[in-house]
This record gives sequence, C-alpha cells and structure tokens, in this order.
Amino acid sequence: MSLAELICPAGTPAALRTAVDAGADAVYCGFQDATNARNFPGLNFTPEELAAAVAYAHARGTKVLLALNTYPPAGKVDLWRQAADIGARLGVDAFIVADMGVADYIARTHPQVRLHLSVQAAASSPEAIRYYCENFGVKRVVLPRILTIPEIRQIRTEIPCEIETFIFGNHGLMVEGRCSLTNYLTGQSTNMDGVCSPASDVEYRREADGSMSSQLAGFTIDCFGPEEKAGYPTICKGRYRTDHREDAYYAFEEPISLNLSRLLPELIDAGVHAFKIEGRQRSKSYVRGVVSAFRKAVDDIRAGRQADIADLVALTEGQKQTQGAFETKKWR
Amino acid sequence: MISVTEQASRTRLPGEGAVARLACAVVQPLLSRVVRRIAASHPSVFARLGAHQSTDFLIDPVELPFALHLRPDPRALVLRAVPRDRMPEAGAVIRGKFLLLLELIDSEEDGDAAFFSRDLEVSGDTEAVVRLRNALDDMDGSIAEETAAMFGRPGRAILARLRKSYAEART
Amino acid sequence: MAVDKMTKLTLGPLAYHWSSDRRRDFYARIADEAPLDEVYLGEVICSKRAPFQEADLPAIIERLERAGKTVILSSLAEVMLKRERKATADLAELDTPEIEINNAAGLFDRSSRPHRIGPFMNAYNEATIGWMAGKGATHVTLPTELPGEAMAIAASAARGLGLGVEVQVFGRASLAVSARCYHARAHGRTKDNCLFVCEDDADGMPLCTTDDRPILRVNGIQTQSETYINLLPETGRLIADGLTHLRLMPQSVDMVEVASVFRSVLDGARDPLEAETALREACGEVRFSNGFYHGQAGYRRIANVVPV
Repeated sequence: MSLAELICPAGTPAALRTAVDAGADAVYCGFQDATNARNFPGLNFTPEELAAAVAYAHARGTKVLLALNTYPPAGKVDLWRQAADIGARLGVDAFIVADMGVADYIARTHPQVRLHLSVQAAASSPEAIRYYCENFGVKRVVLPRILTIPEIRQIRTEIPCEIETFIFGNHGLMVEGRCSLTNYLTGQSTNMDGVCSPASDVEYRREADGSMSSQLAGFTIDCFGPEEKAGYPTICKGRYRTDHREDAYYAFEEPISLNLSRLLPELIDAGVHAFKIEGRQRSKSYVRGVVSAFRKAVDDIRAGRQADIADLVALTEGQKQTQGAFETKKWR
Repeated sequence: MISVTEQASRTRLPGEGAVARLACAVVQPLLSRVVRRIAASHPSVFARLGAHQSTDFLIDPVELPFALHLRPDPRALVLRAVPRDRMPEAGAVIRGKFLLLLELIDSEEDGDAAFFSRDLEVSGDTEAVVRLRNALDDMDGSIAEETAAMFGRPGRAILARLRKSYAEART
Repeated sequence: MAVDKMTKLTLGPLAYHWSSDRRRDFYARIADEAPLDEVYLGEVICSKRAPFQEADLPAIIERLERAGKTVILSSLAEVMLKRERKATADLAELDTPEIEINNAAGLFDRSSRPHRIGPFMNAYNEATIGWMAGKGATHVTLPTELPGEAMAIAASAARGLGLGVEVQVFGRASLAVSARCYHARAHGRTKDNCLFVCEDDADGMPLCTTDDRPILRVNGIQTQSETYINLLPETGRLIADGLTHLRLMPQSVDMVEVASVFRSVLDGARDPLEAETALREACGEVRFSNGFYHGQAGYRRIANVVPV
C-alpha cells in the first residue's frame, strides 16, 4: 500500500500551524509575490515567516513544500530563482514547479531538494510526466483533475515517480497552466501573476429583489437568486447565454467543489502516493475541518477500518460536491 | 435610490433613533479598549492589510442596534459603534449575524463558506475585505475570548450565552 | 515603415471543425492566392476530429507546397487518451524537421531531434526558451498573453540562440483548454457522444453574459476570446523587437484578404492606418483587441500611435 500522505494548504503562518496540528503529513505554501499561483491579497509568507514555519513543521515531523508554480515572463526570471534560493536556504522539503526554466535552474542549483511537478504543468500522460522526470529529476507529479481512476492506475505503471492527486476543494475545469481567462478580462495573468479572478476586480452587487450579482472587471459572471447558494466569481463557474439555449446556463461548470472522500481506498489501491487538499485562500477553520476529517479517514483506511468521513459539504463552493472526472468519463 | 413608498414598507432594521445612539455611547469605551489591546498584541495583522490600513470598513451585524466602523490604521486606529442612520461612507461593507461575524474573526467559521451559503454579504472593495479576512485569520487565539477575558467572569458568561443562543438559532 | 522581406507571415492551424469541403476549398484558395510563407496544419484541439482532417491532409499539403508554401504539422495541445498519445508519437516519428509540438508528451517522443515549439508549450521566458533550444527546438511561438515588453526580451534571447520566433497577430486567442467538451455540454451531451456538434459553429459558439454582453467563444474543449486579436498597428514594433514570424489564425472571414493586408504592411506598400481600414472591412462586426500585448485586459483595444 502507498503511504497516502496528506498534503495540506497553508495560506498564512497561522493556517500552516493549524494544518500541522490537525495532522498534515506535508503543508504547501508560497511567498507574497507572483512566484506562486495563489498570489492573493493578504495571503502567503515572508521569508522570515517561512523560516519560522519550517521550524514549526519540522519539529513536528511535517514536511514543507514551497510552491513556485507560475511561469516567469521574460525579464523577470530572477524573482523565481531568488525564491528558490531562499527556499533552499530555509530547508524546504520540496519545490512545486511548472516552468521548465525554473525546473532546470533548481535541478542544477539545488539538486539536493526534491522537485514536484505542479498541476500547473498539466502533465496528463506518461510521456509528459517522464519528460519532466528524465530531464529535471522530478520525484512526484501532481495530476490534473481530469483523469479517471483506471487511467491513473495505468499511468502509475508507466512512470518512475510518485503520484499526487487532489481530493478536496476547488474543482479546476480548465487545463491548469493553460488558462488566460482571467487575464482576458482583468489584465492580470494566472500563469505570470499567480492570480485567478483577483479580488481587486471583483464586485458584488445586491439587487433590489435580494439577488446578488458577481462582476469581474465589469463583466457579469453570475447572478444568484435570494435563496441560491453562491460560488467564486471565476469565469469558468459563470452563467452565460448562447443562441440555441433559452436561459443562461453554466457553460463550463456550476459552483461546486471536488470531494473524493469516498474514493480514497480506490485511489490508494491505484497507487496514488499523496492526497492534496486545495485551499490556500481559505481560512484556518476550513483547514482545521478538512485536514482533520481526511486525517481520520486516511488513518482508518490504513488501519483496515471502514472510513467514516465527516460531512464537509458546508465548506464547498455552491454547497455542492462532485467526484468529477475521477468517477466517470461522462464528466467530459 | 429608495422611493418613499418602498422606504415605508421596508423592514426597519434596528438602529435608527435615540435608543441606538444611546447604545453606541455605552459600548464605545469598551470597543476602544478592545481594539487597542488587540492592536498591541497582534501587530503582524497590519502588514497583511497593506494599503488597506486606511480603508474604512463597515461591519454590520444585522440584529444589533448599531454597526461598527473600523479603520485599521496602526497610527490612528478607529473602531466605533455607529447608529444605522448615521453610517459613514465606507470602502467596504461586511454584513451578517453578529455571532457569525465574531466566529469569522476567530476563524471558527470559514468566510468563503459563509459567503457561499449567503449568510455573509460583502459589498464595496472586495480586495479590502479579502485582505482584512486574511489578516485576521493569521492571528492566533480568539478575539472573542480575549475580549470576554478583559471583563472577567461576567464577560465569559455573556459570551457563552451568546454562543449558545446562536447555535440554537442555527439548528 | 521600411520594406521588410525577412519577416514571414504564417497561417496557424485551423482551430475549428469545418466540413471537409469547406476545409479543402479554404486551403486551395490559401495555396493559390494568399501571400503567406508558412502554413501550419493538423488537429490541435480535439483528437476525435483528427480522422476527418487526416483524410484530406496529403492533398492539402501537396497543394500548399506546390504553391511554394512551407507546411508544418502541429501536434495536439492535450494528450491524455491512448489515441492522443499515439497521434503525438506518430507525428514525432516523422522525418521532417517541420513539426510543431504543443504538449510535453511530444517533446518526450521527439527527444532531441529538431522541432518547433507551439503556443501551448508555455515558452514564457528566456530560461525556458534556452532549455528548449538545447533540446532541439529550432523555432518558438510565444504565448499569446505575453506582454510586448517580455516578448522583446524573449525574442532577443531566441534570436541569439538561432531560433525563429513567432507570435499570433490575428484571430481569436486561445484562452483555455479542458478535458471537458463545452460544445457537447451546451447541447446536453458528453464528449463521448458529441455527434460533432462543433461543426455548426465555424467561428466558435458565442457566449454572452446574462446582461447580453458578448464575452467568449466555445470551440469544443477550447475556450476562445470573443475578440479577434489584431496586432496590425504593432507589427513595426514586433519586427524591431526581433519577431521573425507573425501568425494569423484562420477565422470565418476572407483570410486571403487578411493575409494580403498584413503582407502589404510588411512590404511597406500600404500605411498601417489604411491597412487597418481594409482589415476592418474584411472582418465585419467583430471587435479587435490588443490588450495582452499592452499588458492590459486581453479584450481591450488600446489606441496606438504607429511609429512609421
């Protein structure tokens, strides 16, 4: 059986300590700049905070993974290199990378630190994964959320590295690392700036009838009725009109979160090495709730007990959950 | 603009008129003490706020007779109770039940989840709200507990009773 | 602008699922009439469509080459299924140096033999371009969302390594790809039983916001911009910054005319302002954008004083 490590989000030092205390095997985090894909206002770590966080985590046997998973635009590569240098100096256990230039730099400069391939690299075939393993010594791949469990099982037999899959949180619809939707409306790029529907461009409007519309850079993304559950103002979870449909519809996906709690035994059996919980932008309360629930579930499974999974639907987007592509090809 | 007829038929929120002003006067010294204490014990909060240290936040607990005006500027910290008919222009407004707001501040509830369920409403500058949320979330300990502790055993008893009634109301 | 015979004008791979007849006629006219130097062919978006394309491919290649155009074969942007892996591996086996790779699976299959790097490969910076050049890349197409400043630095690095360097200057921008087919979804179907409904929308399926503002286009698993990128006013700047190839993406407009307009500006035969009017006429109502190039929201059109 694989180890089924729990990889948990840490948007702030307090969230990191919460995740460690709730039983994370590893936490992932980023600096307060464009070098990671959750470059959100008020989030993330200064180098001093990361140093303290590494000490806290290591003292409790938890690993710290540093996300350097954005794509530096030409002329700004140094910011990513410096971030890697700082991370290596502070003793992080692995870098999570997407850009080949960044991967190459770390492989040459800090060969002692593990490299994980971010979901932002969108490696969804054995060949693509092997490219990164053979060229940069990648030790683990974070798979895109588009594969069925039989497909993951097949990939496992053809690659020389560990597999990490998302099990809870944001249900990414687009191939990560290939999405310019946010940049198209706001001028800030997911790949280069690490933002997705930046708060600075989001506005919520309360209508007279109690409904609420969400706007991104002046474009209406969705409008929720007075009693309707809401979601993030992301373009891929918006409601649109098209010619042949009478009503506006969720053209890509409705507000919904991924929750694979019931598939954990199958994922472990398929050879998944580590389970990732999404949500660096979420609160300590979310981290505490989700990490403890999955800690208990994984411990139960490893002890051969039936896992009794806490209900997490209250924490999900739109208060709805899905097993997405992992369950069936029909999702596509 | 709200028309006269709409205004007449609108459910009247608590917090307009003399009683509300009196309530504000009573709680104000308390708020000043709380905010000074928190600022002194959690200085890192201000760094996460960045440029939004000078933003005016209106925190609006819908069932209380007043709202709170917060300007988290470390050099001139403002936290004051304001009656609803005298609410200042705010950069950002956060609206919800009082104990939900308290639980959000203490990270007992998740802000995004409260937003998804529509129990929490935000308007105005969304980035300011996100920064404030993340800054508060990085604080260890409970502001509610700290505040209650400032008032000894009676403070703690009031907090416990508030929590109990809120929990009952939600089930 | 000075006469520029060095810069090559290219036609990117057709993103849409046009009928066989339409595609054949389109490339016949492109071969005979369009002042283009290079043409990219092959299904990049959806592997289910590939068999339709492949049937006509030899005839189209022959026709284009007979007309003196260089043909480059492009690989799939998304590689997950067995058939997608095989298609990518087969393309990588070809003897010609003129293949464009759009997925890391293709880089693996191609090993160090010469190839071009497609716009889906995320060659955002000089370090990545340098890495790719060391692995056999001879040419790189920069990401469409890269701002002009970064483009100049990337282009200069690529040129220094002897690479050709290209960017899209016309047509809808690819904004996202997914494993899910949004054309099928719009018609209540899944990708496996899509019945190729994407053939109905030759220029993508329009999406509007609930308050009726046009915003995006759906093309199978791909999401595109509502606006056409138009960097006609920026061509002088692009060439000065070292871009060697300018890419036009096939849209449902007179692409021969579009190519002629860009060619006339490169040749110095027409001033950009006059050319812009001609391009506007060729494209009808569609909105133009150049926001990405100027580091602003991609859909925006930034007014530009053209240095002549």
